[in-house]
Amino acid sequence: MPKLRVATVWFSGCSGCHMSFLDLDERLLEFAERADLVFSPIADVKEFPENVDVVLIEGAVGNTAHLHELLEIRRRAKILVALGDCAITANVPSLRNPLPREEVLHTVYGKDDPPGLEEGAVPKLLPHALPLHAVVPVDYFLPGCPPPAERIWKLLRPILLGQRPELSGPDLKFG
Amino acid sequence: MISLTIDGVRVQAEEGETVLQAAKRAGIRIPTLCHLEGLSPRGACRLCLVEVRNWGGRLVPSCATPVQEGMEIVANSPRLRELRRTILEMIFAERNHICAFCVSNGHCELQDLAMELGMDHVRFPYRWPLLPLDLSHEKYGIDHNRCVLCGRCVRACAEVEGAMTWGFSGRGIFTLVEADLGDPWGKSKTCTGCGKCVQACPTGALFEKGKATSEQMKRPEIILEVTERRPRA
Repeated sequence: MPKLRVATVWFSGCSGCHMSFLDLDERLLEFAERADLVFSPIADVKEFPENVDVVLIEGAVGNTAHLHELLEIRRRAKILVALGDCAITANVPSLRNPLPREEVLHTVYGKDDPPGLEEGAVPKLLPHALPLHAVVPVDYFLPGCPPPAERIWKLLRPILLGQRPELSGPDLKFG
Repeated sequence: MISLTIDGVRVQAEEGETVLQAAKRAGIRIPTLCHLEGLSPRGACRLCLVEVRNWGGRLVPSCATPVQEGMEIVANSPRLRELRRTILEMIFAERNHICAFCVSNGHCELQDLAMELGMDHVRFPYRWPLLPLDLSHEKYGIDHNRCVLCGRCVRACAEVEGAMTWGFSGRGIFTLVEADLGDPWGKSKTCTGCGKCVQACPTGALFEKGKATSEQMKRPEIILEVTERRPRA
């Protein structure tokens, strides 16, 4: 079996899911045997490549940049995994959702001209932080805040072996 | 005695027993949320729906349906599994249930049901309502974001403590659990501060002050224990 092209992406999240991914520890050696990490916040690649087999996305869709990237990533990746609660429910980033976006930005950055209010050097904040599946179809959901490394491996390893992963019971624990 | 079948198992039950009680005795698991031993049945959450095959497949809440002679109950089927998961997803979509920093994370009946019913995501759009938090009580707090409107607090307060502090205001998705006609909880003249509502609450909606993330353990079983210990005339 040729090596799979795997990518990981970091949207509106705390990077805890990526820390948990690194917690795969010695299992990363088996991962490296079966896959190439072609794009990731922990790899120095600037643009999301074509022909990705599996992409794990951490975080909610919080701004216009995430939105454009997600649509493009969905087009370029065969299997899309929502990694962790923020990607599945919008989780902690969704705390701002009951409040108007303008009020949130002015409260945090002051009255004048807060970043994120209009499209500019900083992308515009979306009215709501959204779960990935509100924007594009998602193939697998991996809950947890963060999902423990064991759970990530339970989902990832079958995919690397060309099998269909099945998570149930305690492996679906949110929070 | 009344004879019925649940998932093909022949079950004997006393007149007046509910389908849920009969199933429990037969070792058949039916998920529940608004039901609590020691309180009157309410049928509010609909998670315990079962199908009565010889009533044309009609769906009834097993917690509030008395057994009847010859009933053929389906308690577990792909249809019921899908219905229960859908109901659960609607509960999650209705308010702001964010497990990650909830006081009840790890000790929550709603979170446990999501695992049991295989809910890996919510297919409905979230409503993200702006809901209040009342921390006016000396010992306890109520966070309406996490309330599922099961009414266990309302029933525990009325039926066990006899204080009748809690009630519902509003309708449908705008319903709120409120103390004394909408007064801040801390100003309530009827609340005895007993905390039975907190122990009966299945989520982190009612909690003890000072508890941080994952620290709020609940003892809903005390409601039945208190009821059974009470001296009878």
